[in-house]
Amino acid sequence: MTSPTSSASARRPDRSAARALIECRDVQKYYADYHALRGIDLTIREGEFFSLLGPSGCGKTTLLRTIAGFEDISSGVVLIDGQDMAGVPANRRPTNMVFQSYAIFPHLTVAENVGFGLRRDPRPAAEKAAAVEEALGMVGLKGYGNRASHALSGGQRQRVALARALILKPKVLLLDEPMSALDRKMREQMQVELIKLQRQVGITFVLVTHDQEEALVMSDRIAVMFEGQIAQLDGPEALYARPASRRVANFIGVMNFLPARILDETENGVMVDAPGLGVVEIPSRNISSADPGDEGPSIGFRPEAVSLLGPNVAAQNRVTGGVIDEVVYYGDMTYYDVRLDGSASFDGKSRPVRIAMRNVFGREVQDVGTRTRVSWSPGSLILFR
Amino acid sequence: MAAGNRSEAAQGLTLVAPPFAYALLVLGAPLLTLLAYSFFKDGYLTIIYEFTLENYLAVWSDPIFHKIMLRSLGVAALVTVVTVALAFPVAYFLSFVVSSERKPLWLFLITIPFWTSYLIRVFLWKVILGYNGVVNSGLKSLGIIEQPLTFILYNVNSMVMTLAHAYAPFAILPIFIALEKIDRSLLEAGRDLGENRMMTFWRVTLPLAMPGVIAASLIVFIPTIGDYVTPALIGGGKIPMIANMIQAQMLDIDNRPLGSAIAVTAMIIVAALSLLFLFVNRRFLKVRQ
Repeated sequence: MTSPTSSASARRPDRSAARALIECRDVQKYYADYHALRGIDLTIREGEFFSLLGPSGCGKTTLLRTIAGFEDISSGVVLIDGQDMAGVPANRRPTNMVFQSYAIFPHLTVAENVGFGLRRDPRPAAEKAAAVEEALGMVGLKGYGNRASHALSGGQRQRVALARALILKPKVLLLDEPMSALDRKMREQMQVELIKLQRQVGITFVLVTHDQEEALVMSDRIAVMFEGQIAQLDGPEALYARPASRRVANFIGVMNFLPARILDETENGVMVDAPGLGVVEIPSRNISSADPGDEGPSIGFRPEAVSLLGPNVAAQNRVTGGVIDEVVYYGDMTYYDVRLDGSASFDGKSRPVRIAMRNVFGREVQDVGTRTRVSWSPGSLILFR
Repeated sequence: MAAGNRSEAAQGLTLVAPPFAYALLVLGAPLLTLLAYSFFKDGYLTIIYEFTLENYLAVWSDPIFHKIMLRSLGVAALVTVVTVALAFPVAYFLSFVVSSERKPLWLFLITIPFWTSYLIRVFLWKVILGYNGVVNSGLKSLGIIEQPLTFILYNVNSMVMTLAHAYAPFAILPIFIALEKIDRSLLEAGRDLGENRMMTFWRVTLPLAMPGVIAASLIVFIPTIGDYVTPALIGGGKIPMIANMIQAQMLDIDNRPLGSAIAVTAMIIVAALSLLFLFVNRRFLKVRQ
């Protein structure tokens, strides 16, 4: 799914014209009769922060390990910087990896860990030591060189692993679920630090994660993988706003689905009838035809793409009435489950939709059972057909 | 909670008390007896219960003791080197090549020699290496030799061969366990950071396997110094080691105080060497994985 707005955003530099650094062409991987990678085609651009996102067992780690050279591929081509990587062992690839367990050598000090890859570096020992110290400084561990590696915390181990990889100035840094061992606070802090670090060093980062939030926060582009295939490859905004399939939509954030009847194809899109929403025209850029599914066509929208109107607020968009089924208060946000009027009109099944409202000053939390009005616009709806 | 801990500790002590008492009885009591005897006087077939250091002075000034002690240490060191060097590849194969579901079977196979008594295993080596033994008759019937080889039995080589075989499982198991504990991603990290398989082995696998190698070395070295059966059978009594000397003093010559002094001296030397060995390798033992 490509659309003109998906390539660049205000926050991230536009790299759509950048050189391709990693190219995978129809990469297949079998473990005995288990088909782990089913025809991966992707291009990772130079300087990009790229994420492989998917549930466990989707093949994202296998793909990362084939790029690193730890797994042979059954067929297909992996090119790094234009060079075919077939038969090139991990130690001769221009990649370095931050392992999920960090793989800090327990018998070496922090400095010895960071300098591990410099053995064949022709520089004199003093210069290498300075390089190690500089790398440690880059990850905020200045002066930790003489510490025993087992005395480090999880976050510090990750920093050592980063410094150890970055000191070799690889063309690509591969990160295998690097945050999964950290607690939430630490994780959020490291995410920001990692983005800054990536901008600072300008090295291409490829991150494997199962955490959609992490992928959205950090990446320039994300490949969502299911069952050894790429389901969608897009920028974070495009991925969130216009998921290519119901499955992607469900994996990234929350999406409400309502069954839809397709009435007519128009010049600008499709006219559909959805229970509770009535007849709407969905613009063609909001139509996803990747995954019809067995449930037939459906309309999807994000919980924050619609809003509950307070009692005395004038509607600016289309409005549907409804009854509040459930209220979940989160402090900054309140989640409402609302049964839209007429939502059971297709098949008698009631489908409450989830609506997220920010608790801004002056907006009251509405009660369960209250009649309410839901404001929405056709532009925030996505048609899966 | 302190109170909870104390009762747990008390429970633990109660649990270990019977085996501890037993160990004290069968290990500590003989050792103390030996130590006491070594300070008594020998009265030819009787023991005079008077304190003396004569036995130790006799031991330290005895050139035969020096020779036999050095030989024992030499043989044990050689056996240790050979055993550990041969055990390492086996343990490595077990840990890195054998699939995890096959490992129990392999471990089981390695312990099979223990089904047979040590004495019989040693004796079998005599059958294999003897004048009319398996090797000689085999080679003779193949026409490779006309006269039986005599250099394969009753010498240090044959003793090393026998002991290395007898102690192989003791060396394989600790090295195997040390290798099993190595996080495999460390080896991938070694490759990832630019080292080939050989250098990764040298810089990552071997240092991390060292606790196992050290344990294996001590487990082989300490008992082989005191081995009695192999020098008697495979060495043919011509190259006695320290245990044979102690036995001779204790039972043949019936000088128990001198025999005890030799035993205690040998024990002290072995303990000192073992501690030195641990001290030299201390950096490998501090690693916490």
